[in-house]
Amino acid sequence: MGEIGEAAATALRLLRSADPELFAIVALSLEVSLTATGLAAAIGLPLGALLAVARFPGRGALVLLVDAGLGLPPVVVGLLVYLLLSRAGPLGELGLLFTPTAMVIAQTILVTPIVAALARRAVADLLEDYHEHLTSLGLRPLAAVPVLLFDARYRLATACLAGFGRAAAEVGAILIVGGNIRDHTRTMTTAIALETSKGALEQALALGFVLILVVLAVNLAAAGLSTMARRIEG
Amino acid sequence: MRVAAIFGLILAWGATAFAAEGSRGTLLLASTTSAENSGLLAHLLPRFEAASGIRVKVVAVGTGQALKLGERGDADLLLLHDPPNEAAFLARGFGLERREVMANDFVLVGPRADPAGIRGGRDAVAALAAIAARKAPFLSRGDESGTHALERALWRRAGIDPTRAGGWYRETGSGMGATLNTAAGLAAYTLADRASWVTFRNRRDLEILVEGDPALLNVYSLVLVSPIRHPHVRIAEARAFADWLGGPEGQAAIAAFAIDGRPLFRPIARPPGGS
Repeated sequence: MGEIGEAAATALRLLRSADPELFAIVALSLEVSLTATGLAAAIGLPLGALLAVARFPGRGALVLLVDAGLGLPPVVVGLLVYLLLSRAGPLGELGLLFTPTAMVIAQTILVTPIVAALARRAVADLLEDYHEHLTSLGLRPLAAVPVLLFDARYRLATACLAGFGRAAAEVGAILIVGGNIRDHTRTMTTAIALETSKGALEQALALGFVLILVVLAVNLAAAGLSTMARRIEG
Repeated sequence: MRVAAIFGLILAWGATAFAAEGSRGTLLLASTTSAENSGLLAHLLPRFEAASGIRVKVVAVGTGQALKLGERGDADLLLLHDPPNEAAFLARGFGLERREVMANDFVLVGPRADPAGIRGGRDAVAALAAIAARKAPFLSRGDESGTHALERALWRRAGIDPTRAGGWYRETGSGMGATLNTAAGLAAYTLADRASWVTFRNRRDLEILVEGDPALLNVYSLVLVSPIRHPHVRIAEARAFADWLGGPEGQAAIAAFAIDGRPLFRPIARPPGGS
């Protein structure tokens, strides 16, 4: 228990000292994970809605694939993206390996199935409730996608937050494709892995507490926005 | 349509936010973890960057993985400590040249209780034989790192194949720090490089039991990745760093790096022209 308490004290000290390296690491973590979540939302929300309303051959298989994607192992995604972006790989010419862009790509692949799967559930539930209403309006299900997405917006926001949580917490993929380069691709989670490997467990756990605080702050901001939106809507 | 527009916007934002900084004047060094985790590179690189204007980005991995990065053209320069595999890398045409830059030693660490009774010995092979005879827990890196390569060579010299020996020999399949963390938890023996050991903060019951055997010499070399195989490799920057680290300024900087007042690496580069 003593070690955990000391780690918490170190975390506070780190935050109070306004260490520029720590802030750069926090900023990069947020930048990478939020960008990946944004991209995953742009792909996953329409994809999830489409899977909920449309009927086409292969839909069942695609639903299964997206749901299975919830359990995608980060280290495998990291390895695949590494092989794609490596100089000896098909996209090697782009020179993206060991850059934040490579980390965004890996995390987008990890987060998209989460957003898509949760969006599909949310829209499918709504569709069940509204089915008669939509038919009476003469709207075809596909045409109702924007309405359904809008009506499901709070649950979709939760889907995006779940995706962000996954991105912010993972280390397996970004360690491989980012390389944990100081001042360039070092994030909260890769820094924690590094400190652990140095046996600096207290420092590692202190960084862990900072990461938890950051994720908490993002969720708090999202909750605040949603409350505000509800109030405006009356 | 609107979705496509939003997607495009996010993509554009992502692209500008992370627009690759000019690749001119940067260098990607794949380094063995001990050089990075000990703080040596953090000590050396600002000096080199000030002298040359070249920014060095370090990816710290085991020697096996660093060789793989070089083979695939994902690094410009490698800092390694596994001479036999470095020679093989050069022989296969992936490396342009190899320069020995510094050295220290490996140490056999283990629990204070020392069930195999190897404390104070100066013969690493005999110590491993004693550990095997007692079937005392021993942790191997098992990750194709330089430390793992030397450990396997020592077992071969002892005439023991520990992978067939039973439960006392375990492979962690991870880096030096993770293996030391596990050894501390299990009160097991393990082989560590001096720099990782000295800077390791979670020793608990572990201490150095065997050191000083010439067989435990640990030589670090820079290997330039061949631009013949990978034309995009930044050979001029890589050579500039190798010249600097092997030259008087870099060698003095290596000698000046100390933890708790004790130097961690010994500069060993030969003066240019001599061979």
